[in-house]
Amino acid sequence: MTPKISARDVSVFYGAKQAIDHVSIDVDQDNVLAFIGPSGCGKSTFLRTLNRMNDTVASARVSGEILLDGEDIYASGMDVVQLRARVGMVFQKPNPFPKSIYENVAYGPRIHGLATARADLDALVEQSLRRAGLWDEVKDRLTDSGTALSGGQQQRLCIARAIAVDPEVILMDEPCSALDPIATAKIEELIHELKGRYAIVIVTHNMQQAARVSQQTAFFHLGQLVEFGRTGDIFTNPREERTRDYITGRYG
Amino acid sequence: MADHTVKAFDADIGQLRGMISQMGGLAEDAIGQAMQALARPDPELAARVRADDKAIDAIEAEVERLAVRIIALRAPMAVDLREVVAALKIAAVVERIGDYAKNIAKRVPSIDGEHRIEPISLLPAMARMASDMVRHALDAFAARDAEAAVRVVESDAALDDFYDSIFRTLVTYMVENPRTISQVAHLLFVAKNLERIGDHATNVAEMVYFAATGTQMADRDRGGPDKETR
Repeated sequence: MTPKISARDVSVFYGAKQAIDHVSIDVDQDNVLAFIGPSGCGKSTFLRTLNRMNDTVASARVSGEILLDGEDIYASGMDVVQLRARVGMVFQKPNPFPKSIYENVAYGPRIHGLATARADLDALVEQSLRRAGLWDEVKDRLTDSGTALSGGQQQRLCIARAIAVDPEVILMDEPCSALDPIATAKIEELIHELKGRYAIVIVTHNMQQAARVSQQTAFFHLGQLVEFGRTGDIFTNPREERTRDYITGRYG
Repeated sequence: MADHTVKAFDADIGQLRGMISQMGGLAEDAIGQAMQALARPDPELAARVRADDKAIDAIEAEVERLAVRIIALRAPMAVDLREVVAALKIAAVVERIGDYAKNIAKRVPSIDGEHRIEPISLLPAMARMASDMVRHALDAFAARDAEAAVRVVESDAALDDFYDSIFRTLVTYMVENPRTISQVAHLLFVAKNLERIGDHATNVAEMVYFAATGTQMADRDRGGPDKETR
């Protein structure tokens, strides 16, 4: 099967400092891929190269090749706005717009011209909120502000917002680190339900979470991809000593 | 292997490993003493072996409690997880080994001290072989030594051969001395128990191999340049 995203020999520099060192990895369409590693290992930096979020950092420079369905996303003709619609992102802190729940979801489809008629937009908002597992909780108060929701609901609203523009890939950067265990479980269940429909890449500090939600795990250390494999193998029998020391809590 | 960042984790694992060693030592003692009791015969020693088995059972229960606690509180991963799971299973197997020793001790009162049955002299040698397997398997666990575990598994064939030869000897003896049948039948069971102890030591060794390498011994790479040149 051809990978959804194929990163080849990717390095990232912040000024003179190299944050990512020649990383090559494939993202499958049907799997959840987790990035783990200690703080500063480059996992978030690498995640952000996948939809060119690092472009917003003036000193950042990316070399190597990242192909989305075989197409180089760093090619000069690439429309970055379009790219980020195809490769959506969910952040650590839920960041709904200070607008109604409805508008939070409808905003993307409207500016991307995915739905113009009111009825179409209504249907898309409902579908997105349903897929994000939030519909039943908010259907009677769609005009309330998105920021009035609980943290876990806000995060699911952000996922609904990402889903609404019909992305192909969803990147999640520690999506549960600000949530309580119940809200976390709901997000994890949601990730499980979204798997297959979207390629999903998640960065997490919580190794149990990586073990629970992903089928593949990549361990980063000092900007290098140390080990990449099936999640079951990584957590029961990692090949690399550095991986073993990290996941067993021996990391110095 | 480096220490855990959380030192209490190392203490827990160390305690678990200590309990397995302790159980193994008691099981070995039980085999040795049961055989002594049988060879003399010494019913009092046999009674003691039976009573002492409770200590092995108690440690097994402790191992279970600690292993479950480690899994719940420390969420062990990779080699740590394999080791905790192996310890749980090894404890259950060693407890069974203790039961076999106890079963040997139970048969001692049925042995007639006045009219000695000659083939009984074969059994202590077989018991030493079985007991060595138990000790080597547990030493391999203590040292996380996969190669030593393989050697234990390989040594089981010799114990099986020993059992077959004792079996034939005892059956022949019964045919020639029909009045001894009820006693010799007990010795047959003793030999069978020792053979089973060897099988259990083999199981322990297989778990040690898994804990140390993360792969099943059956799947291991057989042969290699070393063996091919031999």
